[in-house]
Amino acid sequence: MTMSGLMNEDPDRGVRLTEQQARARRARSVAIAVALGVLVILFYIVTLVKGPAVLVRPL
Amino acid sequence: MSLTTAHAEPSIAGVGDYIELMKPRVMSLVVFTALVGLLVAPGHLHPVIAFVALLCIAVGAGAAGALNMWYDADIDCRMTRTAARPIPAGRIAPGEALAFGLTLAAFSVVILGLLVNVVAAALLATTIAFYVLVYTMWLKRRTPQNIVIGGAAGALPPMIGWAATTGGLSLEPVLLFLIIFFWTPPHFWALSLYRTDDYARAGVPMLSVVAGPAETKLQILVYALILAPLGVLPWVLGYTGLIYGAVAVTAGAALLVLALRVRAERHGFAASKQLFAFSILYLFLMFAALLVDHMYPALFGHLAA
Repeated sequence: MTMSGLMNEDPDRGVRLTEQQARARRARSVAIAVALGVLVILFYIVTLVKGPAVLVRPL
Repeated sequence: MSLTTAHAEPSIAGVGDYIELMKPRVMSLVVFTALVGLLVAPGHLHPVIAFVALLCIAVGAGAAGALNMWYDADIDCRMTRTAARPIPAGRIAPGEALAFGLTLAAFSVVILGLLVNVVAAALLATTIAFYVLVYTMWLKRRTPQNIVIGGAAGALPPMIGWAATTGGLSLEPVLLFLIIFFWTPPHFWALSLYRTDDYARAGVPMLSVVAGPAETKLQILVYALILAPLGVLPWVLGYTGLIYGAVAVTAGAALLVLALRVRAERHGFAASKQLFAFSILYLFLMFAALLVDHMYPALFGHLAA
């Protein structure tokens, strides 16, 4: 199917989320975004704390 | 509810359901014992790295909890105590819980290894694997010794905390491991005494289901007799001071008295419920005392000087 074919498709077809499902999905998406943000900040702070030693990993 | 049709509808799981999947109450005890192990270990760990270590241990424990709930969903829906959990209640599909648990497990172990040290990460991976593979999948439905052997998973967090600070292990964290290991059977068997019907309905061969209440009460007393002196051992060996020693002797004596009352109980479950509740307090008191004992010179030393 072409891209225009997909775009012209009946909007009523496919999965339609209820209000509760949409709200739950949005909450989950926000939680994932927050978790990723925290992870980025955590890695940044740990890099500052460890300095060059962040690359030292004796096994 | 049907576990197999849970995928048919788009998920209504909220953030709270995923948090519940991580067994936050179990997680809090894991974090607390790991924190104590981390703080009483010799050496210094930067507060940020210590926070990362505890976060990874908490998330790893949560991952183990989620994987446990994924595997046990079929029996959880048959027990009153667990029927409202997110999977049997139909709020989270089993596949979602599996993916969630595996992702958290991988992230927690890798980050602990990269940012703290490899020994702590290896211990965390062992803890998760032991809880999920050995306890949940292998032992839980096969033997009344399930929580005895499986208890090793719950006993490892102070060793992980210790390893996070020192990068290795010694006798002291092994003693902490043994205290939790021998604490687990009286704790869970006291619960199983008044949940026997639940476990029997789910087909979980807890000691009270397989051997009956009399044998369970005897075993509770035997483990309490091992645990009480074991709890005092860190003080006897000179690893801790008088604060810990006094708490360990008092709490151990109280645990023994309650175990004797459970053994003597003929009707009802009042003593079993008391022992179950006190066992949680016992573990908290022991580790809190260990922490206070360790921090006392730093916190109050200037008053004595």
